[in-house]
Amino acid sequence: MSTAGTQETTTYREAMREALREAMRSDDRVFLMGEDVGRYGGCFGVSLGLLEEFGPDRVRDTPLSESAFVGAGIGAALAGMRPIVEIMTVNFSLLALDQILNNAATLLHMSGGQLPVPLVIRMTTGAGRQLAAQHSHSLESFYAHIPGIRVLAPATLEDARHMLAPALADPDPVVIFEHGSLYNASGPLAPQAASVDLDHAAVRRPGDAVSLITYGGSLPKVLAAADELAADGVDAEVVDLRTLRPLDAGTVAASVARTHRAVVVDEAWRTGSVAAEVSARLAEESFYELDAPVERVCGAEVPIPYARRLEEAALPQTAGIVAAAHRAVG
Amino acid sequence: MTAARPTARPRKQPASPKPGRKTTTDRRKEHAGPPPAGRAEPGRRTGLLEAMLRIRRFEERCVELYSASKIRGFVHLYIGEEAVAVGVNAALSPEDAVVSTYREHGHALARGLPPEAIMAEMYGRTTGCSGGRGGSMHLFDVSRRFYGGSAIVAGGLPPAAGLALADRLRGLPRVTCCFFGDGAFAEGEFHETANLAALWDLPLLLVCENNLYAMGTALAREHAQTDLAMRAASYGMPAWAVDGMDVEAVAQAARRAVEGIRAGTGPHFLELRTYRFRAHSMYDPDRYRDKAEIERWKSRDPIGRLTERMRDDGEPVDEELARIERRIADEIDHAVDAAERAPEEPVEDLLRHVTSARAGEVNRQ
Repeated sequence: MSTAGTQETTTYREAMREALREAMRSDDRVFLMGEDVGRYGGCFGVSLGLLEEFGPDRVRDTPLSESAFVGAGIGAALAGMRPIVEIMTVNFSLLALDQILNNAATLLHMSGGQLPVPLVIRMTTGAGRQLAAQHSHSLESFYAHIPGIRVLAPATLEDARHMLAPALADPDPVVIFEHGSLYNASGPLAPQAASVDLDHAAVRRPGDAVSLITYGGSLPKVLAAADELAADGVDAEVVDLRTLRPLDAGTVAASVARTHRAVVVDEAWRTGSVAAEVSARLAEESFYELDAPVERVCGAEVPIPYARRLEEAALPQTAGIVAAAHRAVG
Repeated sequence: MTAARPTARPRKQPASPKPGRKTTTDRRKEHAGPPPAGRAEPGRRTGLLEAMLRIRRFEERCVELYSASKIRGFVHLYIGEEAVAVGVNAALSPEDAVVSTYREHGHALARGLPPEAIMAEMYGRTTGCSGGRGGSMHLFDVSRRFYGGSAIVAGGLPPAAGLALADRLRGLPRVTCCFFGDGAFAEGEFHETANLAALWDLPLLLVCENNLYAMGTALAREHAQTDLAMRAASYGMPAWAVDGMDVEAVAQAARRAVEGIRAGTGPHFLELRTYRFRAHSMYDPDRYRDKAEIERWKSRDPIGRLTERMRDDGEPVDEELARIERRIADEIDHAVDAAERAPEEPVEDLLRHVTSARAGEVNRQ
């Protein structure tokens, strides 16, 4: 990440908005569409002010028709545009899953390479705001299951600011998951453009005692856990997957080759999760490096409940991550 | 227990149309009325006849090849519906786009895809129009703006709206034509797309091939209201029901709709009332249709009707027919020979086209 120049304080939301603004300024094929992205300013305020700057053709409010507007994004991409489609939350994206799976991810192959779909889909994911079961799920693994699409989970300000440009440059569909708890995250961000690759996981904190592997909204919790572990004398390495498909198994394996212990933290349900895939890769590729069984800290297998105590109990928390790391270290 | 009931209906608020938006009434005034009936394609009839016959003979050969296990998978024949693809295509220009369904051999042939590319696709060969990855239901040819067959009923409608949106955003005077069936009319994706297209005035031609059956379910068993054109009109777009067994009537309706779309009056809907003479697919034993019904529709065969009309008008159709039949037989023989001889896709290329090729990347997904 570039650190030169004066750092300015920004939020994840503003970083994402700046990325959208830059994309629309630099390429007139780019337009944004989705529910309430225009006059309302985006359900989470990400696109506030963009309608005024770019007008209603390029910041396009849609009816509540996820399948139609995601599919329209696919068609516009086929015709050479570079649409960015916002879906309010991953829960609603299931209404468009047919379009994403059966068209966006499939057309290139099914047409023998004739129809690339350069579409970017952004959506909010995750729990932690007492929004109950139909607004809180983490379904990244549904999308990471699908060949033909790239799945991103920006967890830092830099990634929020700089992942969009390479996503738009990708000739294939890219799905970006923005964890709802991250929008207000703030901190310094270098003002000039940095280039960010979409192929590699990032080591967010080096360490040699245990690898804590995570992505998205769980990263702050995992970094907090690493601080606690450091106070206990356990030097944890934190790996942020960043890209959930294609998974950068190499960076994960290299970390485990240093630490010989792994804890995978994932807010989603354990069964069939990204954490399950990471664990399987470790079993396949790092079996002889491991000095302890892989630990997983995942969401409880329950529809996310409303009540605060129950919701907290359903999600990975720092204390649970610390405990899992201690078990792994032994 | 008595539920509280309102004593009077709430007063209906006067509708306040969005500024600058045309109401349904405005649109229908501008571009109203069903198109005139057939017999108005002079000079084009021989071409229409040949295009329909090409589809008919191609499909008949598909039956033979399927029975001989040369082609496999699901194969949905277009026999009986030829007037729809041919009539609609007559109204489109090469710059326009076509989105099709899984019953698409007719759409592809009418659009000008070479029979050998389609046949090779069904043989699963490298020379197929989708490199052997699509088969009968997924024919593509981007050079002809033929955006292929969706085998998810109604799945092609939203992307068709997107193709039209791109043209609208760039100010290109092109039309996107999307074929779908009466089954798709029951899907949410149809209704979402119809609303979106009308809301955004998209240059989209919605072509509903109403062949009276959604696979085996009769129209009246799938729709509470079977007047599909009337329902489509409720979205605020011109919508006409047309005899889909009369290629001239189809061509004229499509031409009128395309003219309207190019003139900027937004999407148009055609309900083309047609019938498939064969079963839904090669697997279908066709137990749900009455034989007498099938015979009744066969008596309205679009190829026979056009031939008779030409004969009645004193056109030398019989000599033409002999010539056309020979040419088509040669084309199809050639297509089959070429498919038989074409190489198969190498297994090493299995993962090709899953993602776009990137330098230095080997099947990294």
